[in-house]
Amino acid sequence: MTLFDFLQRLLGRQKPSGTMAKERLQLVLAHDRSDLNPELLEQMRREILEVVQRYVEIDLEEGDVSLETEDRVTALVANLPIKRARPLPALVAAAAAVGVAQAPDAEPAPQELAVPLASEPAEEPSPADPD
Amino acid sequence: MDAVTSASPRIILICSGKGGVGKTTLTANLGIALARLGERTVVLDADFGLRNLDLLLGLENRIVYTAQEVLAETCRLEQALVKHKQEPNLALLPAGNPRMLEWLTPEDMQRIVAMVAERADFVLIDCPAGIEDGFKNAAAAAREAIVITTPEVSAVRDADRVIGLLNTRGVAPVQLVLNRVRPKMMASQEMLGVDDVTDILALPLVGLVVEDEQVIVSTNRGEPLTLNGNGSPAAKAYQNIARRLRGEDVPLEDPSKARRGLRARLMNKIRKTTGLF
Repeated sequence: MTLFDFLQRLLGRQKPSGTMAKERLQLVLAHDRSDLNPELLEQMRREILEVVQRYVEIDLEEGDVSLETEDRVTALVANLPIKRARPLPALVAAAAAVGVAQAPDAEPAPQELAVPLASEPAEEPSPADPD
Repeated sequence: MDAVTSASPRIILICSGKGGVGKTTLTANLGIALARLGERTVVLDADFGLRNLDLLLGLENRIVYTAQEVLAETCRLEQALVKHKQEPNLALLPAGNPRMLEWLTPEDMQRIVAMVAERADFVLIDCPAGIEDGFKNAAAAAREAIVITTPEVSAVRDADRVIGLLNTRGVAPVQLVLNRVRPKMMASQEMLGVDDVTDILALPLVGLVVEDEQVIVSTNRGEPLTLNGNGSPAAKAYQNIARRLRGEDVPLEDPSKARRGLRARLMNKIRKTTGLF
């Protein structure tokens, strides 16, 4: 380790390279083992979020869907902080939308929803159901 | 050795995926070490395109026949087995010669290993690098495996692929040897640690070999380190792997103790606690 590296590490700016190696390996092996390329994973992530958002309002910034491995078992781990459940009418509408195969319009709605976070739930009947 | 071991010989594939991590060196040293412990051992060089096991064992000038002639019945098995002079319990069998690149099939491999196994307690198969046909041939005849890797990202990744393939083939047990360990770099976390590698690959560790210049010296001479029993750290590590394979309970080496002496140990302690140097 050079003096520069040492100073960087002392200042907490750089992780030791052994730690980086482990983190990088864990990520690449999760993909190797599952045979999912990053593109497919991203597509799956979007679709999962879409479905979940029909039922609960989730924090898109914090939400995370990733592959993790432990003991050679790869798991799909979704960590989706729930802001609140959707009010009942919206749920019914969402279910109906699925029934009529209108799933796409469930997608843009949550992004609008994410903004008026401060308002109380009662005020907000269903941005998802008008269309 | 007792009747049980000779009735069911151990057929162990030594593989890594990545080239140059120490498969052939491990095979040569384990072969000698097992033979010295009284086990009748055959080392089979399955890498017939780029064979090197003969060179590491110092037997390169004594090869006349290969497994190929045995299978074609142009010679007997005893003629093809090259006995080691100093260690008569050990014999080498090259799978083929480099000029023939096409002939070997998994069935050929199974046939030759079955023949060899009749007269051995241990058969060590030195696997070629890669995960293609050479690997598949070599793996076809193996019952268990040792995966060897170094604490580097590329070697660990390739080892992971190989472990996956061995699992789907039902080869078991699969054990791990971690080679070229640099205690100083591990202590300062500038190298993947022993636990990091075993966590990632989820295999039991059967050996830990520290980086040792004597390995190069011994390959230059064609005399594996375990042959002369000198006290170099790698020689000790290989001997311990052989003993563990026979079921002896030998505790794993602690890489941080490799640098002996009070001063070195003290420095190690300081390094560990501060992450300095």
